[in-house]
Amino acid sequence: MSNIYKAFEGRKAFIPFITCGDPDLETTAGIVRAAVRAGASLIELGIPFSDPTAEGEVIQAANIRALSAGTTTDKIFGLVRDLRRDVKIPMVFMTYANVVYSYGADDFLSNCSKTGIDGLILPDLPFEEKGEFIDACHKYGVDLISLIAPTSKYRISMIAQEAEGFIYLVSSLGVTGVRSEISTDLESIVKIIRENTDIKCAIGFGISTPEQARKMASISDGAIVGSAIIKIIERYGSKAPDHVYEYVKSMCDALEGTAP
Amino acid sequence: MKDNRSRGRFGQHGGQYIPETLMNAVIELEKAYDHYRKDPEFNRELTELFNNYAGRPSRLYFAKKMTEDLGGAKIYLKREDLNHTGAHKINNVLGQALLAKKMGKTRLIAETGAGQHGVATATAAALFGMECVVFMGEEDTKRQALNVYRMKLLGADVIPVKSGTATLKDAVSEAMREWTRRIDDTHYCLGSVMGPHPFPTIVRDFQAVISREIKSQMLEAEGRLPDVVLACVGGGSNAIGTFYDFINDDSVRLIGCEAAGRGVDTYETAATIATGKLGIFHGMKSYFCQDEYGQIAPVYSISAGLDYPGIGPEHAYLHDIGRAEYVPVTDEEAVCAFEYLAKTEGIIPAIESAHAVAHAIKIAPKMKPDELMVITISGRGDKDCAAIARYRGEDINE
Repeated sequence: MSNIYKAFEGRKAFIPFITCGDPDLETTAGIVRAAVRAGASLIELGIPFSDPTAEGEVIQAANIRALSAGTTTDKIFGLVRDLRRDVKIPMVFMTYANVVYSYGADDFLSNCSKTGIDGLILPDLPFEEKGEFIDACHKYGVDLISLIAPTSKYRISMIAQEAEGFIYLVSSLGVTGVRSEISTDLESIVKIIRENTDIKCAIGFGISTPEQARKMASISDGAIVGSAIIKIIERYGSKAPDHVYEYVKSMCDALEGTAP
Repeated sequence: MKDNRSRGRFGQHGGQYIPETLMNAVIELEKAYDHYRKDPEFNRELTELFNNYAGRPSRLYFAKKMTEDLGGAKIYLKREDLNHTGAHKINNVLGQALLAKKMGKTRLIAETGAGQHGVATATAAALFGMECVVFMGEEDTKRQALNVYRMKLLGADVIPVKSGTATLKDAVSEAMREWTRRIDDTHYCLGSVMGPHPFPTIVRDFQAVISREIKSQMLEAEGRLPDVVLACVGGGSNAIGTFYDFINDDSVRLIGCEAAGRGVDTYETAATIATGKLGIFHGMKSYFCQDEYGQIAPVYSISAGLDYPGIGPEHAYLHDIGRAEYVPVTDEEAVCAFEYLAKTEGIIPAIESAHAVAHAIKIAPKMKPDELMVITISGRGDKDCAAIARYRGEDINE
């Protein structure tokens, strides 16, 4: 088991998603440190992929910017090594199966373990295909994080029973991106998850405002925000860390009042 | 960890590498398909559509002039170009649209490269009274403007995809994204033997009519099986259709012709078996053109329909076990074959199919006159005339 559980100890977790190398790795390091200072509980680091099929336009564009800047998996391991000199909170990677597969699952997860990555989120690796990487994850003590979607229905209990790290509950249909309203009956999904596991559950996809974060965290254990942060980075570029700090602070403050 | 959880494997290839949001949709599709493929009424309706709407069986034509000109194998052409809508794509689309209708779906979405699959899907949607949205790379909407108009005429919405290389792979990605947005009433009518299980199996089964017909037509014409069958391969649907009924006939050589673009030693190629490596993309494990970090390569071919960085998992498997051969064919070779078939037999093949013709031109002269060759002409070439004219330096208006 990794350190991910610590992100949920005694409070609701705020989890920012940041695409590594957008606009460059130095800025990414500054953004991660700003998010940590602002009170983030866990950092989700995106390794860019050329064809991210689960992402909306905002994160697709971030992937392209990062790859155009010459970002590679090896350079990202270097970033994590640097961040781990002072960043103590859990960090997980979010990427696509081919990035891990082409690197070699054993080498990839060995490097995760050496540099200090706690978990791995692969949106194109459903329950049935976990066998691809689970042995390497367990060998190096990296949690393979499961996603549950509004369409999961009878699959929820099966996924929850084998979940590790935390459960990533997808708030709504579609790809990542800001939404004005989230209408899925998430309470009943969370209820089934709770009946099947003690692993914590955070909600992501479509969350951008403090009100949405508070609402999502109140029915689960935390909120994950990606596109809204990527938009700030897209707008401010290398000046983004200060702006991300303000944004993450406002989101963490919003969760402060929510009962753990 | 139990590996047997993974479904739809062809050796090490295949599987279901898709977002959780889509898992129940593909599971329901598999269940429905398992039910209807054994249902006599479904099969009766599909055969009726094949024969009376699509114009099947398609002809197996003895290409006498080509045979004499090349001076080797006796060459037959499987005329999928004569199907309604002008390509083999209609076989799969009629099957999937009928299945979708039985499942209660009212909306079809599809990706398209050259536009043939998009046109076929728009056609079936018009016939069945279903809504239709086709995703097409913006680059391809330019090189296949005629097909864009045909789809619109048939009542479909055509969405130009601007992301990535704005070609077929990006159209697939966008169709997958659209499916995660709207699942309940929507069937993703995937156009090739690719993507997550059960698509490679479903599409293969609906295309297998090609090899079943070749077999019986050849037995009737020559009293024996062919010695070699050739087809072009992008994702590989007309090729698997051409191969499938011959896989257990060891005497029949199966040759898939990939698009080498400007050559397999350049970056401007789409020859997956020649230049790709094992990976996971678009829902399947198979071979993909990619860089050392697994980033999918921006592939290139003059043919919008073969301009795809991967290959269907069953082809990857047939390659692994050595049952089928996959050979690269360049733009220049394909264009020469396009012109050759037009002048020699009076048949203008799709530029995709011309890749198979090109390889046949290379190997037929080395074969004996009593050896039998079948080339699948997967589509007709009207759509390509303007692009080939441009390739030859002649600017014509479509």
